[in-house]
Amino acid sequence: MLLSLEPRGQQSRLMLWCSPLLAALLTLGCGSLLFIALGHDPLQTLHTLLIAPISDLYGVSELLVKALPILLCALGLAVAYQARIWNIGAEGQLLFGALAGSALAVNIIDMQSHWALVLILLTGTFAGAAWAGLTAWLRTRFNANEILTSIMLNYIALNLLLFCVHGPLKDPAGYNFPESAMFGDASRLPLLMEDGRVHAGVYFALLALVAVWVLLQKSFVGFQIKVLGLDKRAAGFVGFREKRLIWLALLISGGLAGLAGVCEVTGPIGQLVPQVSPGYGYAAITVAFLGRLNPIGILFSSLLMALLYIGGESAQMTLNLPQAITQLFQGMMLFFLLACDVLILYRPRLKLRWARRTSTTAVTAGAL
Amino acid sequence: MPSPDSTPRLQLRQISKRYPGCLANDAIDLSIAPGEIHALLGENGAGKSTLMKIIYGVTQADAGEMLWQGQRVNIRNPAQARQLGIGMVFQHFSLFETLSVAQNIALAMGATAGTPKQLEPTIADVSRRYGMALEPERLVHSLSIGERQRVEIIRCLMQDIRLLILDEPTSVLTPQEADELFITLRRLAAEGCSILFISHKLAEVRALCHSATVLRGGRVAGHCVPAECSDQQLAQMMVGEAAALIGEYPKVSGGAAYLQVNGLSWHNPDPFGCSLSDISLQVRSGEIVGIAGVAGNGQDELLALLSGEQTLPRDSATSICFAGQAVATLRPDARRQLGLAFVPAERLGHGAVPELSLADNALLTAFQQGLVSNGLIKRGKVETLAQQIIQRFGVKTPDSQSAARSLSGGNLQKFILGREILQQPKLLIAAHPTWGVDVGAAATIHRALIALRDAGAAILVISEDLDELFQISDRLGALCAGRLSPLRNTTDSLLSDVGGWMAGQFNDAPSSATL
Amino acid sequence: MDIDLLSNIFYAMVRCGTPLLLVALGELICEKSGVLNLGQEGMMLFGAVIGFIVALNSGNLWLGVLLAMLAGVLLSSLFALVALVFNANQVATGLALTIFGVGLSTFVGAAWVGKPLAGFEPLAIPYLSEIPLIGRMLFAQDLLVYLSFALFALVAWVIIKSRVGLIIQAVGENPDAASAMGLPVLTVRTLAVLFGGAMAGLAGAYLSLAYTPMWAENMTAGRGWIALALVVFASWRVWRLLLGAYLFGLASILHLVAQGLGLAIPSSLLAMLPYVATIVVLVLLSRDAVRTRLYAPVSLGQPWQAGH
Repeated sequence: MLLSLEPRGQQSRLMLWCSPLLAALLTLGCGSLLFIALGHDPLQTLHTLLIAPISDLYGVSELLVKALPILLCALGLAVAYQARIWNIGAEGQLLFGALAGSALAVNIIDMQSHWALVLILLTGTFAGAAWAGLTAWLRTRFNANEILTSIMLNYIALNLLLFCVHGPLKDPAGYNFPESAMFGDASRLPLLMEDGRVHAGVYFALLALVAVWVLLQKSFVGFQIKVLGLDKRAAGFVGFREKRLIWLALLISGGLAGLAGVCEVTGPIGQLVPQVSPGYGYAAITVAFLGRLNPIGILFSSLLMALLYIGGESAQMTLNLPQAITQLFQGMMLFFLLACDVLILYRPRLKLRWARRTSTTAVTAGAL
Repeated sequence: MPSPDSTPRLQLRQISKRYPGCLANDAIDLSIAPGEIHALLGENGAGKSTLMKIIYGVTQADAGEMLWQGQRVNIRNPAQARQLGIGMVFQHFSLFETLSVAQNIALAMGATAGTPKQLEPTIADVSRRYGMALEPERLVHSLSIGERQRVEIIRCLMQDIRLLILDEPTSVLTPQEADELFITLRRLAAEGCSILFISHKLAEVRALCHSATVLRGGRVAGHCVPAECSDQQLAQMMVGEAAALIGEYPKVSGGAAYLQVNGLSWHNPDPFGCSLSDISLQVRSGEIVGIAGVAGNGQDELLALLSGEQTLPRDSATSICFAGQAVATLRPDARRQLGLAFVPAERLGHGAVPELSLADNALLTAFQQGLVSNGLIKRGKVETLAQQIIQRFGVKTPDSQSAARSLSGGNLQKFILGREILQQPKLLIAAHPTWGVDVGAAATIHRALIALRDAGAAILVISEDLDELFQISDRLGALCAGRLSPLRNTTDSLLSDVGGWMAGQFNDAPSSATL
Repeated sequence: MDIDLLSNIFYAMVRCGTPLLLVALGELICEKSGVLNLGQEGMMLFGAVIGFIVALNSGNLWLGVLLAMLAGVLLSSLFALVALVFNANQVATGLALTIFGVGLSTFVGAAWVGKPLAGFEPLAIPYLSEIPLIGRMLFAQDLLVYLSFALFALVAWVIIKSRVGLIIQAVGENPDAASAMGLPVLTVRTLAVLFGGAMAGLAGAYLSLAYTPMWAENMTAGRGWIALALVVFASWRVWRLLLGAYLFGLASILHLVAQGLGLAIPSSLLAMLPYVATIVVLVLLSRDAVRTRLYAPVSLGQPWQAGH
């Protein structure tokens, strides 16, 4: 082995924070090679992808709008992943929250009071939590693997949404398009700015950020979650209730994802449509890992991910690159992150084979 | 008996091996003649395992040379070692539980030896010849520990072996099984096979081995013929100055019964586990009760039931009582509030979370001691507690923020024990408290247990180390196949008695009137 | 329900179950060696798109199949590098592989959506395919389905009878012991992972070249995940895998059965059936923690380093 990995013995603090940066840089580098292969100028493409979208105030507001659902989902996932509960169902929880909120909204379109919005948001949040609760129940009661059940629930939620939007929730006055009626004014999230679509959901995001930080860093429940994730046996040894913690972690992450979904339909979209989420729930997985399951890290990585989304759309329009470039970059980043993480625990060493034989012969020569 | 002027079968010259942070082997010289049973003596941490790994090719020395039958060799991997005729029986068996005996052996022997079916007659033959009965088609998980060791040995014997290395083989055997093993080994040696016997038990070494090399701190502390050395001399070589640490502790009888176990029975749903039947015992305040037993006889299950990791249904609530209060349905945190402290067998991954800092690990069991208020952790108090533990128990660590896994075995065990003792428990249960721990730390741990006992706590120790149990327990018993022998005063018990109990030779005690 | 309808249902069941069977066979070997590879969706899709593009451009379907398998091997080698050599968390790496593979295949296939292709045609074996009820199912399929039968037999033989199967099982149960015995744990696991990749690629090729000869984004619709559940359902035993794959195939074509019975159920609801069935199956099988303990490879999903 020419290049070998030598264990460090202790985690390298430096690499812990550099690794995501390194992964991002490697992704950009790899992406540039891809652009060259497709016949585009790499620097110009990167500019279109990353710089141009946020070069004006409207762009920044779009960034915040896109980042919001990703951030909420990722915060919830961080709590679950700390407990090593691999909730892959954020997408389904988001969709189900949007669906439930919309089901209520289309029935109270004429309601004027501000409580309309509050009720809708609460419904969406609880619905998302309940969807995740299904996963929790299947895991705690039947020991069913949460990765597989939550993914199955994603597909089921999507099909439920499609069913509703083609059927029960379809706008009767909508020319048979698969979408619901527009929600009433009192059911919409108020905008924060004149220009742009930034809405009050931002407050929820900030609240969630603080709440999750306090939960994970300061609270005893957060400590229990961490111990459960790191060492199930030790958690059992001291009496932390595994089932309760699993429920809690999944309810929190489902609730935040449901909130993200209902914010999307009461905010930027204003109605229920099949394309509520271009994969925010899955993007949140990458964001959670990239941000090291830490709320501050997640904040930055969700902004980066949102940038990739907007940049991808822009690249499709101006450079004719497929929109899937966003997803491609997502996957590359996660892969590079996992690969770079090896440097946290191991030091790369260049081992030259002849060096070892030299030392042995020297010793034996001396011994003779 | 080995003839003194033949070429040594194995010779090590100036073997050294360094790991990050320590020099495991420092210029070791060793020589084994054909047909010789050679002991490699030393306490935990002396460097025995590393040396043995080098001989078997699992790892390579940084310096020095190895000669096999007079020829210089560089053993790069176990397959090469086996080709030369070196066989190894590990302390922790490298067997595959879901495969049969024959399949395990077929795997070890390489593709040319034949299929498991083809090997079955040979296996049956060899096992009969050496007096170790085994059925080749049985799945390994259904075998007892002693039987599994036989599989390991037979696996080696089937490969035309010239040097057999055994790593602490008797740590998992009852005294009777150990005697049977010695008979097999003497027969092997008589046929010309050399044996390298790694151990830290002086009595066995003296009974079995022709010669010994003693390791201490990575260096050779001496060579000797065990039969001609006294215990003192051997101990002096093994532990040096620390010999003075091995203490003699006076035995006491305790006060009122604190822990009462009445007719505890439990069926284990795990097919690989052991069920408990009708276990009764009492541990009094101010005494140490020791329970002996080879792994797999119900220790893990009993510990889980006592600590609360496994609870019982309501109708069995009184099978476990703390000072008269029924606790069998309570979870670990509730039992801790009643005064329980528990030091589990595994330090990393059970007693402490390897990736968390020492401070966090202190919080792990002490959280009911005022370290949490309104759901938030009081970091200051956690720090203070961690510092107290580190100072009072001499834990060698840069600071309380070091990860638990960065500590040596002995230091971590001191920390874990200290953490429990500082919570002033009324009942302390400790499983294998000095397993894998160096002599200095082991002595500290024993002293701490005795001090806790003298302060009035009830202590239950479960261990495979009979020497340790005789040293610190006031009363003794043994677990065998899920049954517990009646407890007897240590001063009235002999090693052979305990050996008999470990083999199941006892009558069950009546539940109510247990001593 | 008449014999013809049943015969058609069985025929469709086998067709539908074939991609599941192929992926599950690959993942079975992989998991038996102790490695959990969640990247099946990504590898399948990549195989599907590469197979389609190659077949369309070269005019040679088998070349498409071959390159699809290579595509699967390529992606799985990335997984092997990060999860086995670098020892990263296998769950996260598998997820990364899925996200990357799905994104890559959508990206690569963007220009090929909706292009028509003449795929594999069924090849009926004379006389045998006339047998009532099972004749069509077993002997009137296309070449890739016949290949899947052969591959099943091969994998079954390897696991049950061969020394290689014994080694894989040993490595999966106790890598430390296997390594101490001199077995090349890393090599065995890497080869198992690559085999899984090849099978996933083949399954993808089957989808885009035989089952529905075309390319569409996300055309696997979760089959990779269902195959993972299938391995659990089969308790890591190869005969139950066959049974499970075809049962799931049946669940996926229930809309045919419904049509046959004259029931009108919305397509979205029917589309949910395989996923609901997967959950039900997982619940039924995982409930018995004892059985899982007996059959699941002990070291499944755990990172492992040589020289411990």
